[in-house]
Amino acid sequence: MSILVDQQTRLIVQGITGRDGSFHTKQMLAYGTQVVGGVTPGKGGQTTEDGLPVFNSVAEAVAETQANATVIYVPARFAAAAIKEAADASVPLIVCITEGIPVLDMVEAYHHVQKQGCRLIGPNCPGAISPGKAKIGIMPGIIHIPGRMGVISRSGTLTYEIVHALTERGVGQSTCIGVGGDPIVGSSFRDLLPLFEQDPDTDAVVLIGEIGGDEEERTAEFIGSEMSKPVYAYIVGQTAPEGKRMGHAGAIVSGGAGTAASKIQAFSDVGVPVARTIDELADTAAKAHRPSA
Amino acid sequence: MKIHEYQAKDLFRDYGIPVPPQRLATTPEEVEAAAREFGGTVAVKAQVHVGGRGKAGGIKVVADAAAARDAGEKILGMDIKGITVKKVAVVESDAEIVEEAYLGIILDRAVKGISFICSADGGVDIEEVAAKTPERILTFHTTSDAFPEEQAREVAGRLFSKAETAAAVLDVMRGLFKLFREKDCSLAEINPLVLNNRDEVVALDGKINFDENALYRQADILELRDMDEEDINEIEAKEKGLSFVQLDGDIGCMVNGAGLAMATMDMINFFGGEPANFLDVGGSSNPDKVVHAFKLLTSNPKVKAILVNIFGGITRCDDIARGILESYAQIDIALPIVIRLGGTNAEEGMAMLNDTPLITASSFESAVKKAIAAAKGEAV
Repeated sequence: MSILVDQQTRLIVQGITGRDGSFHTKQMLAYGTQVVGGVTPGKGGQTTEDGLPVFNSVAEAVAETQANATVIYVPARFAAAAIKEAADASVPLIVCITEGIPVLDMVEAYHHVQKQGCRLIGPNCPGAISPGKAKIGIMPGIIHIPGRMGVISRSGTLTYEIVHALTERGVGQSTCIGVGGDPIVGSSFRDLLPLFEQDPDTDAVVLIGEIGGDEEERTAEFIGSEMSKPVYAYIVGQTAPEGKRMGHAGAIVSGGAGTAASKIQAFSDVGVPVARTIDELADTAAKAHRPSA
Repeated sequence: MKIHEYQAKDLFRDYGIPVPPQRLATTPEEVEAAAREFGGTVAVKAQVHVGGRGKAGGIKVVADAAAARDAGEKILGMDIKGITVKKVAVVESDAEIVEEAYLGIILDRAVKGISFICSADGGVDIEEVAAKTPERILTFHTTSDAFPEEQAREVAGRLFSKAETAAAVLDVMRGLFKLFREKDCSLAEINPLVLNNRDEVVALDGKINFDENALYRQADILELRDMDEEDINEIEAKEKGLSFVQLDGDIGCMVNGAGLAMATMDMINFFGGEPANFLDVGGSSNPDKVVHAFKLLTSNPKVKAILVNIFGGITRCDDIARGILESYAQIDIALPIVIRLGGTNAEEGMAMLNDTPLITASSFESAVKKAIAAAKGEAV
């Protein structure tokens, strides 16, 4: 198994005719993802270069293709509406890559998705990949190898860096997820860790947190009380100055809250080892979980 | 994005929240004229974005126009946490304060909505109140665009000891909520909200922050941006599609991705160096961006060495190397540059950089160590 994405995933791409959408559709197809169509309002009836049908609406696309997942590459000012449209069509998994969505738009979209009973990953995220099976998003498939380590992070390239370090050490991954760097994201660490806990093909989880909010603190509580599988953590932003947004809209220390120190303490308190460097994180995970080949 | 107190109070007034009359002044003469216009007691308040103005001597309450002029002379030009005061607000302060309360609205990630933070203890640091006497803080939240009428009613009567103030407080709450939503705020705070001896509920001081992602639809708010308060490098970087934050160290960093950029700063720190900045060049190998990034880094006189840390994902490292070579050819850089490429086509990329003065490193850690050594003037 794995979580969220696999060979059974039937994916549509919202914004499939745009620059990013068309490029990443090719990448996802090349990785083996079952992409079954796309949506661009006004371009319904067309066929993409890759021979995929384009629809005017998500509802139409779902009816025609039996899609069970969607990935969103539409510009920030239209992305929240795209998320709501996918939820209205009851697509069970919605992954939003788009960066820069106004946060009040996301408040509304988030609760809309909850009400419809769908799962949203992102926005402002790289997506999710189950190595060797399928990927939804923008991560480079080539750095991943199949295995039994779950990876969950708020970041993009930093996640690739860590996956790469795991792969170099022979530690394969079950599923790798970037939850997104915005203050409001569809699924948190706390929401997704139970899926790893229940997945028979995941042995342990590498978690990469960052400054801002109290997501890591709440996640630590869950790990301490309900998680039996080992978690290895790494927190970035220890040298970030207070009150400055560090690239990610959500990565900001304000009023002394959201600091790296507080997050490291929370994990340490529940026995989760917090690595000081990426190599240390990968070494620790590899020592405990490298397949004894 | 932040704005000044006087701008926040202008917005409050637009949304029906009572504020005392105020005038903006940039010279002691203007301060005096405003004080004369109001007659009676006025407050002269430094307009800077940093907190702690009062403690720094940036706020003076004076009895007449002559004293106001003196206060203006002292405050204008004063340095508050590294920022020179260029303007002051002159605020009519005749009414006596009877009680001070706190009212704030924040974007609350925990509830994924908008939270109201209220306290009968105003005029002090609300974080301190929250830490020392959490029972003195009343909160409620909403996740829809409708004003949470019922909860607001319950709290409105508890901010001041006079129960008759409830209706006025409720109006302030409504106005602040409307402002928060319509102007895409991430924080809107009135501290203190006072009850004065005329039985009026008035916003004496305020602070508003706006969601940067929504500024495209808030043209009037964007006009309130005070360039004197902004780091010009950060603004310029943003226009070029870079994300940049100035720090104090001597190792300039150029990294792709915000998370990796933070990790790079942390690693430099961990191995005993000091990062000069946070810089995310994003996912592209566009030479223009890289050129601008190099210019930014080299314009900082503190920078002794530059560390380029790139992890190629969909973007291939050989493309990135090409971009770096191209931009390196365009600008004259005397500083040592350590470069590390990882991920897709890293080896090809590194090979292209072999015959250049760039110092190459095979891993993140070794790159960081080399950059620290280079910044100290050691041979690498």
